Amino acid sequence: MRGMRLAGILARSGPLTALLLLFASSAVWAGNGAASAWTKSLPDPSEFVEILLLQNYNTRLVVGGTTLLGATCGLVGTFLLLRKRSLLGDSLAHATLPGIGIAFMLMVAAGFTGKNLPGLLAGATASGAAGMLAVLAIRNTTRLKDDAAMGIALSVSFGIGIAVLRLTQNMPQGSAAGLESFIYGKTASMVFSDFWLITGVSLCTTVACAMVLKELTLLCFDEQYAAAQGWPTLYLDFLLIGLVIAVTVVGLQSVGLILIIAFLITPASAARFWTNRYTSMILLAGVIGAVSGWFGSSFSALLPRLPAGAIIVLTAASIFLFSMFFGTARGVLLRWIEHRRLRRRVGRQHLLRAAYEILETGSNQPHIPNVSIPFPQLLAHRSWSAAHLRKLLRDARREDHLEPSAPGTIRLSENGFGEAARITRNHRLWELYLIRHADIAPSHVDRDADMVEHILGAELVHQLEAELQPRAAVPASPHDITAAAAP
Amino acid sequence: MNWGSADTWIVVTGAFCAAACALPGCFLLLRRMSMMGDAISHAVLPGLALAFLFTASRASLTMFAGAAVVGVLTALFTQWISRFGEVEHGAAMGIVFTTLFAIGLLVIVRAADHVDLDPGCVLYGAIELTPLDTWSLPGSGFAIPRATLLLAGMFGFNVLFVYLLFKELRLSAFDPALSTTLGFPSGLLHYLLMTDVAVTTVAAFEAVGSIIVIAMLIVPPAAACLLSRRLSTLIVLSVLLAVLSAALGHLAAITLPRLIGFDTTSSAGMMAAAAGFLFLLAWLFHPGDGLLTRHFPRSLFRSASGEPESESTSPESPSVPRSAP
Repeated sequence: MRGMRLAGILARSGPLTALLLLFASSAVWAGNGAASAWTKSLPDPSEFVEILLLQNYNTRLVVGGTTLLGATCGLVGTFLLLRKRSLLGDSLAHATLPGIGIAFMLMVAAGFTGKNLPGLLAGATASGAAGMLAVLAIRNTTRLKDDAAMGIALSVSFGIGIAVLRLTQNMPQGSAAGLESFIYGKTASMVFSDFWLITGVSLCTTVACAMVLKELTLLCFDEQYAAAQGWPTLYLDFLLIGLVIAVTVVGLQSVGLILIIAFLITPASAARFWTNRYTSMILLAGVIGAVSGWFGSSFSALLPRLPAGAIIVLTAASIFLFSMFFGTARGVLLRWIEHRRLRRRVGRQHLLRAAYEILETGSNQPHIPNVSIPFPQLLAHRSWSAAHLRKLLRDARREDHLEPSAPGTIRLSENGFGEAARITRNHRLWELYLIRHADIAPSHVDRDADMVEHILGAELVHQLEAELQPRAAVPASPHDITAAAAP
Repeated sequence: MNWGSADTWIVVTGAFCAAACALPGCFLLLRRMSMMGDAISHAVLPGLALAFLFTASRASLTMFAGAAVVGVLTALFTQWISRFGEVEHGAAMGIVFTTLFAIGLLVIVRAADHVDLDPGCVLYGAIELTPLDTWSLPGSGFAIPRATLLLAGMFGFNVLFVYLLFKELRLSAFDPALSTTLGFPSGLLHYLLMTDVAVTTVAAFEAVGSIIVIAMLIVPPAAACLLSRRLSTLIVLSVLLAVLSAALGHLAAITLPRLIGFDTTSSAGMMAAAAGFLFLLAWLFHPGDGLLTRHFPRSLFRSASGEPESESTSPESPSVPRSAP
């Protein structure tokens, strides 16, 4: 039987196990690669120190840049996550492609080099903004939903972008090679101007977020209420999207398309598991983004042939996975334990009430004697399986609610009998309340009461007592409680 | 412009691909999961890379199998993370596909010594090259591009899939709870649809690149959704729009660049752009409910088109109405 339970647990957690296995195997794969690289070119301790203490100028730029970018993206991503538009970054990152190509062509046509960074960034910003306007327009003027609007903007601008980039490759003047780095990023070759761009944009974004924190919060949680209160929700949406455009365009050219999408989504989603408070979630998302950026870029600087972008994404994903299981506010493990605890309590209360009701029907004296109950009678009283009932009895014995009795029978202990009387009393009080004040038919009340009674607090029970003023210690059941009638 | 048989094959291949994608795309649209195609087409990279590493050959069958498995896994992981972790569906999708893409990139870079797998080539494909790789009908000299055959088969499979499961897919798209209660498990149908999307995506972009796939899964169904409020009409319309955008796209790719002094451009990219153009037309000029035409008097359309506006007479109900199962 124990084996079957184990199998059941495995079956229930099967999907998660599979997920873990995949991550583990990929980690092993990467680890294998890392190990072979390790033997090939073991970084000596001085190199460790050099990278961890950021003594190298180039490392300092890359690590600093990705850390800042991660923090800012975590911050902005929190708003996107709560606005249920996480994939907006995906859509936006693709929407910048046509702008990059067109800006390149225009600059070449005007006689410049074509690879002028401010020009390319301006083009990317313009076409990203156009794509986002299209998303908002489609969403607000048709019956299509957010996902379709984002998908249309993404795929159409991706197509146009590829067509335009193909044209630039055939241009006789000016080599277009390197425009692809906007798609895959070139984290390791970040230069000083990139770093200052990231710093400037991060500062502006953070200040802007801090200034309109209240309004953005309102927009994320209740758009209709914000509109009813007179807030310009459309302009707030513009502002939020403007912030996303700023971090995406800057991030795109230094870390690449896929990484920037991950940076916008993963840290915020991971932070959600640890807290139910808005401000702490924003801060935590920023910290998680920064840690992934710092760890990923340092690690990739330490070992050869590890692309920084991929390592950063995998670091963020590992933090997400850890948070998903062990998060203290919404983690899977926590919710599983709580669910299990509640199920235990419900099971215990069902068992004790069933026992009390059997004792009650078995005697016609005002004082109910605590006698042994045969197992089959208990089994017939509620619709539970024998295995489930045996498990409940084991739990009850552990909690000292049962006394040793003859085989095939059970007997409540002093402690258990008192508890059973109390539970039955709460159940009856709640039933009476529902019948008297909520007009529920006596034949239907048992089930409704059953849903609520397990979470009745002491204070609520006092209120019920004051309201109903029961004469007996345990009031009589308002409905038939023989085995056939029990739910 | 000189139109050759190669151009015809490109359009035919593109049309089969577009139609094959538009069919499951309709149901993705109804389930609000339009971004799934984009996610899958990025996420299959580790599948391709690992299949290539383990078999050390670029035989398309193993690559196809690897990609299809990872494609289905993408859908599964997304579903599990959003269900067990209570994460929003879009966010779960984003986490899964970026992680898988990063794993794929890592594998490719780590194994760069003995792999020449260009992620760019995987993602963009080359529909222009499909007429070169042909398969001759035995006994006759008639040569058909391999990709055309593959995508025609995929289209046929998807037609069968949608035709046979039409009732179940419709019910579970509009009302999953009712569908499950009536004995058509909506979870199972969801996974079936996801598997179909993954297989279609992989088959299509192995042949013609991912741009067409991502666009055709979303844009023609979305345009059709603006034009029709009946699911069956929506499906037929979206297939027609998909075919039309494939033809228009290739035409634009070989004519438009000449206007500004270039040769030709990417047909796949222009097919996506053409689909976007058709969507724009539907959005702006749909009779009665278009962005521009909704301001015109109704009588204009009745006299002009000569047919009653049965589909757009209820603009106050914003969602697709539930057809009786």
